[in-house]
Amino acid sequence: MSRVAPHRIILGGIALAIVVWCVFALRWDWLPKYLPLIGQGIWRTVWILAVTTALGFLLSIPLGLAQAAGPWYLAAPARVFCSVIRGTPLLLQLWLLYFGLGSLFPQFPWIRESDLWPYLRQAWPYAVVALTLSFAGYEGEVMRGAFRSVPRGQLEAARAMGMPRFTILRRIWLPQAIQRALPTLGGETVLQLKATPLVATITVVDIYAVASRVRQDTFIVYEPLLLLAVVYMIITGVIVLAFRQLERRLPSRVA
Amino acid sequence: MTGALALGSTLDLLAYSPPGWGANLLRGLWNSVLIALGAFGLGLVIGTAGAYGKLYGGPVTRDLLAVYTTVVRAVPELVLILILYFAVTDVVNQLLVAWGQSRIQISGVAAGITVLGVVQGAYATEVLRGAILAVPAGQIEAARAMGMPPFLLARRITLPAMLSFAIPGLANLWLVATKDTALLAVVGFGELTQETRQAAGTTKAFFTFFLAAGVLYLALSLVSGVIFGRIEKWARRGQPNVGGSGR
Repeated sequence: MSRVAPHRIILGGIALAIVVWCVFALRWDWLPKYLPLIGQGIWRTVWILAVTTALGFLLSIPLGLAQAAGPWYLAAPARVFCSVIRGTPLLLQLWLLYFGLGSLFPQFPWIRESDLWPYLRQAWPYAVVALTLSFAGYEGEVMRGAFRSVPRGQLEAARAMGMPRFTILRRIWLPQAIQRALPTLGGETVLQLKATPLVATITVVDIYAVASRVRQDTFIVYEPLLLLAVVYMIITGVIVLAFRQLERRLPSRVA
Repeated sequence: MTGALALGSTLDLLAYSPPGWGANLLRGLWNSVLIALGAFGLGLVIGTAGAYGKLYGGPVTRDLLAVYTTVVRAVPELVLILILYFAVTDVVNQLLVAWGQSRIQISGVAAGITVLGVVQGAYATEVLRGAILAVPAGQIEAARAMGMPPFLLARRITLPAMLSFAIPGLANLWLVATKDTALLAVVGFGELTQETRQAAGTTKAFFTFFLAAGVLYLALSLVSGVIFGRIEKWARRGQPNVGGSGR
């Protein structure tokens, strides 16, 4: 693969020409003025992505475990939770939490007097909760399959050795389930990144909200959207590469 | 307590006749289903063409299709919808002006179907490509050896044989399509989420209305699940049941 196919050189040339045309023919004079804001927006997008993915993954482990091996009174609620999360649009969940719960909370005096109230009046906790629950719902389904796919013999062997149940989970079951879920986890993280711009609709200022503001301020239509697409593609590329590295570091046997 | 009371007293806002907003919600649901159906159909057409292009096309076609699927799957739908919405309207109007016609306002349904269809097409390309690859190569080779022309081969052998492999992925895509219609609310199109927001904003009963819309979406996806289960069973007819996942 060291030799580049000739048609790739031509296609690359066309792509380069389009990029050069975009740089010189389109309006980018607003860029320096908004650069600090863009930096903050990217940081907030990445921050929300990292926090909600981590929390959502932690939440998906009990959800998957309950569905794969739990008693019915744990499995049924977990299954209902996953179906509801996966069956309704994230935008609606976000608005239900922010506008719906947000309009109910002030009716209760004890909530307004609690220490949490300053946070409940801001938008980002609702964004984090909604995105976390969404990720947990989708990933819980993946973890259910991953827990089920660990060979039974290994768990039986561990039990026969007299290993306590929690140690079995920690040493045998969970590591293998995570390893099996890892390729899907990368894809789910990219999907989660693509869900983050929705938080802009509840006034969280991520990179999407910054681009919308640029469009409102300057009446430029395409350029901020192109910048947005490029930013998301770069973050996606970083996520894909990171997960590829992670998968390479874990030993696996391809049958 | 007061919350529960507030919820109870706002339930009659969901009534079907005009003091209630039920009719608006159902009209929104109808619009959502319409757009989802259109986008899913367009996505299937693009996906079939894309899958064939990726498998049997020349090197240039393959590279261009790879760029298409990669870009669409890496950029958020919300951003794509905005870019395509403006771009499609712009291109159509410039073509019309070039032909000496007057500018038109593209209807929300048409724009929504086009935009979501292009997004769906990228995912459908990958689903169908995988499904076509799963068809035993010998069957396709045998048909080719019998001198079957390509279109007849696709219609009689490849497409029916790959259907059972493609249905689970396509069912997922359909659910994504129904949920992605909610994103059109951001562009201001009157589908279910947008109608809900209007109703909620007017009556201030946010919780009730968003909950009601959630129930409608959930019902849609549950019904779709049942229908796709039937279709999958039909597509698998005659295939031996290979243990394991009995869904």
